[in-house]
Amino acid sequence: MNDILAGLVEAGRLVVTLDPDLIEITLRSLQVTVTATVIAAAIGLPFGAWLAVNRFRHRRATIAVMNALMGLPPVVVGLIVYILLSRSGPFGVFGLLFTPAAMIIAQVIIITPLIASISHQAIRDLWAEYHDLLISLNTTKRQRIHALLWDGRRALLTAALAGFGRAIGEVGAIMIVGGNIDHATRVLTTAIALETGKGNFALALALGFVLIALAILVNFLIHGLSRTESESRW
Amino acid sequence: MVAPILPLTLSAAIVKRQGRRLIGPVDCTIEAAGTTIVMGPNGSGKTTLLRLMHGLERAREGRVAWAVDEPATRAHQAYVFQTPIMMRRSVVECIAYPLLTHGTGRREARARAEEWAARVGLGDALGRMATVLSGGEKQKLALARALIRRPQVLFLDEPCANLDGRATREIESILAEARADGVRIVMSTHDMGQARRLADDVLFLLNGRIHEAAMAWPFFAEPATPEARAFLKGDIVE
Repeated sequence: MNDILAGLVEAGRLVVTLDPDLIEITLRSLQVTVTATVIAAAIGLPFGAWLAVNRFRHRRATIAVMNALMGLPPVVVGLIVYILLSRSGPFGVFGLLFTPAAMIIAQVIIITPLIASISHQAIRDLWAEYHDLLISLNTTKRQRIHALLWDGRRALLTAALAGFGRAIGEVGAIMIVGGNIDHATRVLTTAIALETGKGNFALALALGFVLIALAILVNFLIHGLSRTESESRW
Repeated sequence: MVAPILPLTLSAAIVKRQGRRLIGPVDCTIEAAGTTIVMGPNGSGKTTLLRLMHGLERAREGRVAWAVDEPATRAHQAYVFQTPIMMRRSVVECIAYPLLTHGTGRREARARAEEWAARVGLGDALGRMATVLSGGEKQKLALARALIRRPQVLFLDEPCANLDGRATREIESILAEARADGVRIVMSTHDMGQARRLADDVLFLLNGRIHEAAMAWPFFAEPATPEARAFLKGDIVE
C-alpha cells in the first residue's frame, strides 16, 4: 500500500517538476504509439470495410485468421521483427533495429489485426443496414466503402483507440526490437519494466500512473475533438 | 436527351431464395406513363416483385428486360423502401448523396438538396441528423433523395405504412408532383383508399403470381377474379 502511495506522490512530483527524462520518454511513447496507430488504422480500417463489403472465396477463413491474429503474442512478434531487421536478416541493410522505427513496425503488426477486426464488425453491421440503399443508388464498390467508413467513423474511432490502447501499453515486442536504450528507444512501458527490475517500485509505479493518465487523456482528447457525445451524433 | 428506359418487361420471371420460390412465373409490362399500384395480401410477393423490377433481386429463371441495356437503366431508377434507410448524416447531406456519387459538384449538390428539402417540407431540418427524424419526415427525406436525380421510374414499397393521415397526404402530394413531372411510379400499398386515389393501373398479386392485371377503374369497380373481389371487400384471401 505504501508503495502505491509513494508511487502516486512520485508521479505527482515528476509531472509537477516537468522531469526532463519523464517528458522525453513520454513524448517518445506518444510518437511511437501514435505513428503506429495511424499506420495500422490506414491499413486496418479500409481492410475491415473491404472484408465487410466483398464476397470472395476463403472470406470466412480470412476473417477467422484476422480475428485469431488479434491475440498475437507481442514477444513472438518482437522476435520475428528482430530477426527480420537484424544485420543478418533480409531487412538488416536498413539499419532499423534498436530504433523507434523498429518499435513502430512491431506495434503496427500487433495492432493492425485488432483495428481491422473491430472495424470489420462495425462496418459489417452498417453494411447490413445500408446494403439495399447503396446498391439501389448504383454506387461503385469504392463509393460504398467510402460511405461506410465515413458514416461508421465513430465506431472506427473506437477501433483505432483500442489499437492505441494496446500499443501504448505494449512492452514485450518493443523491448526486443527497441532495446530500451536510454535517450534513444526508452518509452514508458520499457522504463517501468527496467525500474521494476531494479527494485525501484515507487518510480515504476509513478511511470505507470503517468502511462494510465496519458491513455485516458488521449481518449478524452480524441472523443472531445470528434464530438462523439454531442447531440444526436452517436 | 436521355434515352427512355421503359417499357420494362418481365417474362416468366421467377425469384427463388434457398431453393424456395418467392414469386413467379411473372409476366407483365410497365409502360412509359402513369402510376401502377401493386396490391395483394401479406406474403403475396409485392416487395419481391418491386425489388426484382429494380434489380435488387435477380430472376433465377425468365427475363427482366428494359428498353435499353440493364446497366444504363440503373441511373434512371430510384427506390423508396418501406422502412426508410437513413444514412448517419444530416438531412441535406442525405438528400445530396445520390448526386455526389454521380459526379455532381459539392456546391451544386448541396444547393439542389436544399431545394428538394424545401419541396418536401424539410427546409427547416437541413442540419438535423436524418436518424432522429420522425417516421413521416424520414419517408419525405427518402422521397427527396429518390427524386433528386430525376429518375424515369420510381419504385415505392408501401411508403405510407405506419404513417398518419397527414403524413400520408403530404407523401401523396409529392408523388402527384413527381407524376406530373413525368416520373413513372410503381408502388405497393395495403391502403385501399390510397390505391384508388393514385392508381392508373393495378397488379393484384396472390401467392407470388400476378393474379389480375387491370386498369384501375375497372379493377376497383368490377374485379375479374373472385380473389380480387374478396380482397377489395376486405375478406381474408390466401
